[in-house]
Amino acid sequence: MTKTTESVAIDPFEAALGVSDVKGRSPWEDAWHRLLKNRAAVVSAFIMGFIILLVVFGPMLVSWESDFTDWDHTSAPPSLQSGHWFGTDAVGRDILVRTLEGGRISLLVGVVATIVSLLIGVSYGAIAGSFGGVTDRIMMRVVDIIYALPFMFFVILLMVVFGRHILLIFIAIGAINWLDMARIVRGQTLSLKNAEFIEAARASGVRDWDIIRRHIIPNLLGVVIVYVTLTIPQVILMESFLSFIGLGVQEPMSSWGALVSDGAQDMESAPWTLIVPSVFLAITLYCFNFIGDGLRDALDPKDRL
Amino acid sequence: MIQNSGMAKHSLRRLLGLLPTLFMLITVAFFLMRAAPGGPFDSERVLPPEIEANLEARYHLDEPLLQQYFRYLGQVVTLDFGPSFQYKDWTVNELMAQAMPVSLTVGLAAMLLAFFLGTLIGVASAMRQNTGVDYSLMGLAMLGISIPSFVIAPILILLLAVYAGWLPAGGWDWSVSSMVLPVITLAFPVTAYIARLTRGSMIEVLKSNFIRTARAKGLPESMVIRRHALRPALLPVISYLGPAIAGMISGSVVIERIFSIPGLGSYFVQGALNRDYTLVMGIVVFYGVLIIVLNFLVDLIYAWLNPKIRYDEND
Repeated sequence: MTKTTESVAIDPFEAALGVSDVKGRSPWEDAWHRLLKNRAAVVSAFIMGFIILLVVFGPMLVSWESDFTDWDHTSAPPSLQSGHWFGTDAVGRDILVRTLEGGRISLLVGVVATIVSLLIGVSYGAIAGSFGGVTDRIMMRVVDIIYALPFMFFVILLMVVFGRHILLIFIAIGAINWLDMARIVRGQTLSLKNAEFIEAARASGVRDWDIIRRHIIPNLLGVVIVYVTLTIPQVILMESFLSFIGLGVQEPMSSWGALVSDGAQDMESAPWTLIVPSVFLAITLYCFNFIGDGLRDALDPKDRL
Repeated sequence: MIQNSGMAKHSLRRLLGLLPTLFMLITVAFFLMRAAPGGPFDSERVLPPEIEANLEARYHLDEPLLQQYFRYLGQVVTLDFGPSFQYKDWTVNELMAQAMPVSLTVGLAAMLLAFFLGTLIGVASAMRQNTGVDYSLMGLAMLGISIPSFVIAPILILLLAVYAGWLPAGGWDWSVSSMVLPVITLAFPVTAYIARLTRGSMIEVLKSNFIRTARAKGLPESMVIRRHALRPALLPVISYLGPAIAGMISGSVVIERIFSIPGLGSYFVQGALNRDYTLVMGIVVFYGVLIIVLNFLVDLIYAWLNPKIRYDEND
């Protein structure tokens, strides 16, 4: 087929439509339009963007330092007059600034640990999927075995064994969250390997590298993006879980989980110390889940995970 | 008959397949715990070297690591988890026998609540798809998935225990009132997840031909759901029960801490912090076995519910 035969077919169609240039839509554009139609996902994305801006730049705008103890206002309720808009904790630290700085850690853990799990999961899954056969069977059996272990217990053990360093939190959580990713990538690789369009590309002489670039990576990218957005809230949740039982980040660093834990200690006298970080944490997780759901429906309309 | 023998064979093979998982669980947990710096007898008070040596000899800590490992494997086979390192005069078996009924009661109650409430909500949503009822139930379910239990728990304590005074804020005395809050918080995320799963699969099932047939016969809608749609719609829920159990066990660690419940989760965290090797190992092994066995049961139930699965000889 040459260009001329194509335009013979298209030209009358264009003329009938009254447009001069018919452009095909790529699957990515299709997905983008589907995503924009999902109101919950779009609203969540805006809220999430706002929270990220707030967490990154907010601490510079609030006039309090996160470790400043205002002895005139300990356990002070939220008020505009004292300047502590969201109140203070038992030693007079401003809740708003602590929550925003804690958010930096929580989101950072979410992103970094997800990248760790992404790297492990994608390479493991891709290797198992592309080798196939015995290698694949053994590798997937290992995943099955690890899957059946109570992994929260292993994270707790890891934290106890190697101390509570923030780097370790990234690695421990990431190292435990890669299993789903490996399974998904492996499945996708397996089915792509035998797909007819790959065979067709190979038969028409497309080079290996071009096949990977044009066909394999774009086809893997969809599921990986979806999975990343769904992993981030899981990881944030896991970090807060650890911080809540006192095995996560250590003072003076803080995270939403640690703040909720502190807040739960004196919620009777100062409920705002519990409510403020809880609300931030819950909204973030809520938004990420909606964005992930929306992306899944947009990118992967056929098979829901 | 042929199908039954196939099923028995399949079950046996699955059961044998569980052994490597169990072995790996014990091995990883054992070496992780031993890799920890500091021993169980490190304390402020410096013990005379002779006494420390005696203590170590009593717990076989003076032996080479591999020998300890094989000794431990041998013990586990006979279900003896040894003496606790921290709670003097207690064996791990005794400690666990005390904590286990508490944790299992809470876990079982939460599981039942989550399963029945979750499917009920899911079915109700599916029957009123895309109405206000559906949207609000599913919004609530998303909330349940998103908000961690350790946020819900303090808020419930604040509202129902501190302000309203209806329920105790914590503690455990085997009374129903002391169980209500822990069970609800533990069940909450799982209920939400099951509700979402049920809604999705119920909507799929309701589109299928045999449902149209049932409706065409003139069966009332409630009958259609109960007699025809529920069983296939529950399949994804059943296969989710395995991860749900594992999730609940992890969740119980936090719940037991918040409500100061003397269950296995509390002992685990305390044991991990005190380097009570034997206690921690005992709990990890117990929960590992529990998860593995329950997953196995879930598989069997799934096969029993799903007519598409047949276990033939070459399976």
